[in-house]
Amino acid sequence: MAGALTTSKASNNSTYAGLGNLLMLPSWLVIGFFLVLPVGMMLIYSFLTKEFRGGIIWEFSLAAYDQFFFDRGLFGDDPARIEWTYIKIFWRSIWQAGVATFFCLLIGFPTAWFIATRTGNSRSIWLFLITIPYWVNLLIRTISMKFLIRDTGPLNEFLISTGIISDPIHIINTNFAVQLGLFYSYLPFMVLPIYASVERYNFALSEAAADLYASRITTLRQIILPTVKPGIIAGCILVFVPSLGAFLAPDLLGGAKTFMIGSLIEEQFKGNAGNWPFGAAVSMILLSMVLIVLTYYARQQSKSGER
Amino acid sequence: MNTFLKISVSALAMTLVTNAAQAEGKLSVYHWFEYIPQELLDKFAAEYNVEVTMDTFDSNESMLASLKAGKLGSYDVSVPGDYMVEIMASEGMLDTFEPSELSNFGNIMPQWVDVSFDKGRHSSIPYQWGTTSFSVNRDAYKGDINTTDILFNPPEELRGKINVLDSQGELLALASLHLGIPQCTADRGQLKALNALVQEAKPHWASFGSDVAKDVLVSGDAAVGMIWSGFSAKARSEGANIEYAFPKQGYVVWMDNMVLLKDAPNRDNALKFMNFLLEPENAAAVTNYAQYTAGVTGTEPFLSDDVKNSPESNPPASPVGSFVAACSQDVQKVYDTIWTNLKK
Repeated sequence: MAGALTTSKASNNSTYAGLGNLLMLPSWLVIGFFLVLPVGMMLIYSFLTKEFRGGIIWEFSLAAYDQFFFDRGLFGDDPARIEWTYIKIFWRSIWQAGVATFFCLLIGFPTAWFIATRTGNSRSIWLFLITIPYWVNLLIRTISMKFLIRDTGPLNEFLISTGIISDPIHIINTNFAVQLGLFYSYLPFMVLPIYASVERYNFALSEAAADLYASRITTLRQIILPTVKPGIIAGCILVFVPSLGAFLAPDLLGGAKTFMIGSLIEEQFKGNAGNWPFGAAVSMILLSMVLIVLTYYARQQSKSGER
Repeated sequence: MNTFLKISVSALAMTLVTNAAQAEGKLSVYHWFEYIPQELLDKFAAEYNVEVTMDTFDSNESMLASLKAGKLGSYDVSVPGDYMVEIMASEGMLDTFEPSELSNFGNIMPQWVDVSFDKGRHSSIPYQWGTTSFSVNRDAYKGDINTTDILFNPPEELRGKINVLDSQGELLALASLHLGIPQCTADRGQLKALNALVQEAKPHWASFGSDVAKDVLVSGDAAVGMIWSGFSAKARSEGANIEYAFPKQGYVVWMDNMVLLKDAPNRDNALKFMNFLLEPENAAAVTNYAQYTAGVTGTEPFLSDDVKNSPESNPPASPVGSFVAACSQDVQKVYDTIWTNLKK
C-alpha cells in the first residue's frame, strides 16, 4: 500500500511541479489569518494610547509598558519605582502552573508507563478511559470539582462520617484548589505524549542494562529517561503553557481573590479598567516569555540531536 | 465564566425553519444572563411575527467592551444599568426616539421618566430596578445586620466566610457609603482611606464572584454574600436561611433600562419590543421571573404573592439607596489602581 502510494506520487511529480506554491497557499492563509494577523494586531495595540472606557486612540505611546514596569503611586505622580504588582502576578501564575505541571508529571509518568506496558487490547481500553472525562466541557468539569471539594461537599462529608477528621478540610478558595483544578484539567496532556514515547521504547535495552549489572535506578536514569525525555518535555510544555494563562480554575476554585495572568488580561478588556493597550502589552510580555522558553527547549533539542 | 453565552432561541428557531418566509422581520436583543423569561420572547415573536435572537452578557462593562469592539450595528436593543446609559449616551452609542412613538410610554411611573441618566427618556425605558447590598445567613449570625460593618469590619464569626460581588463600581460605592465619603471623590485623603479600607477588609473575604453570588449562599460556602436584591430572593426561595440587609450607612440602588442602540438594524421592531415591555402584564412577567421591581404602573394584578411581599423588594423608607456614579477619567484611573491593588 505504502509502496503503491510512493510510486504514484513519484510518477505524478512532474504534473504537480508547478502547483507547489499554490498547494502551500491554504497553510499560509491559515497561519496568516489566525496567527500573524491577531498577534500583529495585539503588538500594535500595545503601543497605542488607551481611550477612556475601552478602545484605542491611534497615537504611539509606551504607557502600557510603563504601567507594567513602573509604580508611580496611587495618583500617578510619585517618583517612579519598580512595579512589583504585575511581576508578582506573573510569578504567582508561573508557580501555580509549575506545581500543577510537577504533579501531572508525578502521576502522569507512571500512568503512561502502565498503559504503554499493557498488551494490545487492554492498552486501547486504558487509553480510551483516560480520554472519557474530556468529552465533557472544561467549565462543567471545573464546577464539578468545586462541588466535590467544598466544605459541605461529598469529600469532606465522607471523611467526617468515617471519623478521619472532625472539621471539614478547607480546600475551596485556596491556592491548592487552583493547583488541583489545573492538574485535573491538563493531566491527559501529560499522559498522552509520555505514553507515545514509552510505547516506542525498546524494552530489550532494559534487559541489556540488567545483564550488564545496572541497578534499576541506574537503568531508569541512564537508559529510560533519556529515551522518553522528548515525551516528558512535550507533556510538560502542554500542561505548563495553558495553565499559565488559565482563568477558569482561579476564578471558580480560587475564588477570584487574586489575579492570575489570564484574569488580569481579561479585566483590561472586559472590566471597568477598559485598558486595551495594557491588556495587549501584558499578552505580548506573556507571549515573549513563552517564546523564550520554547526557543531554549528547541535549541537543547537540536544540540542533543547533534550529539 | 465570563464568556458571552450565545443563546439560540431554540423553540423559535424550530418554527423559523418552517416559517422563515413568513416572519415579518427580525429583532436582535443583547441582554443580561437569566433576566428575561423565554416565554415572553416567544409571546412577542408570535404576536408581532418577528424572529427574535438574543445574546447575553454578564456585566455592564463587558457589554460596553463588546459593542465597542465592533458589535454596534448588529443589535437593536440592550439593557444597561443607570450609569452605563449615561456612558453609552456620551459615547454616541444610543439612538433617540420621541415618547409619542411608544403608545405605552404613559405607563412609565412618573418618578422614572425624568431620570438623571436619560432626561425625559429619549433613548431608554425602565426595565427593572432593584438594590445591591448583602445577605447574611441567620444560622451563622444573629446580631444586627443593617450595617456595612458586616462587609468591611465583620464580626469574628463571619470572618473568612464572605463573598463579595466581582464588580468594581458597586463594591467601591458601598465602601464609600461605609466611610461616609462621596462616590468618585477626587479628594486624595478620601481616596487613600478608600484604598486602605478595602485592603484591610480583604483578608476577611473568602471569594469574589458575581454569577456565583446566589449559589454560595444556598450551598453554605459563604455566610455573607454581597448580592443584588432579586438574586437574594431567589437564594432564599432555594432554601438558604438568609436575610437581606438595608444598611443604615446606605446601599446601592440601580435601574436597568432597555435602550435603543445606534444603527439598530431593525429600529421599528425594537420600538415595538420596547412598547411591548411597557405593557403591565409583560413587565410583571419579567418581575415574576427576575424578582426585581418594574418601573411600570399597573403591574400589581399580575404579580405573584411571593414577589409582591418579598422583603428584598420592599426597602424601608429610610435610609434611601444611592445610584452608582460614573467617575471622571482621573478618578476612574485611581479606582482601577485600587482594584488592581486589591487583587494583586
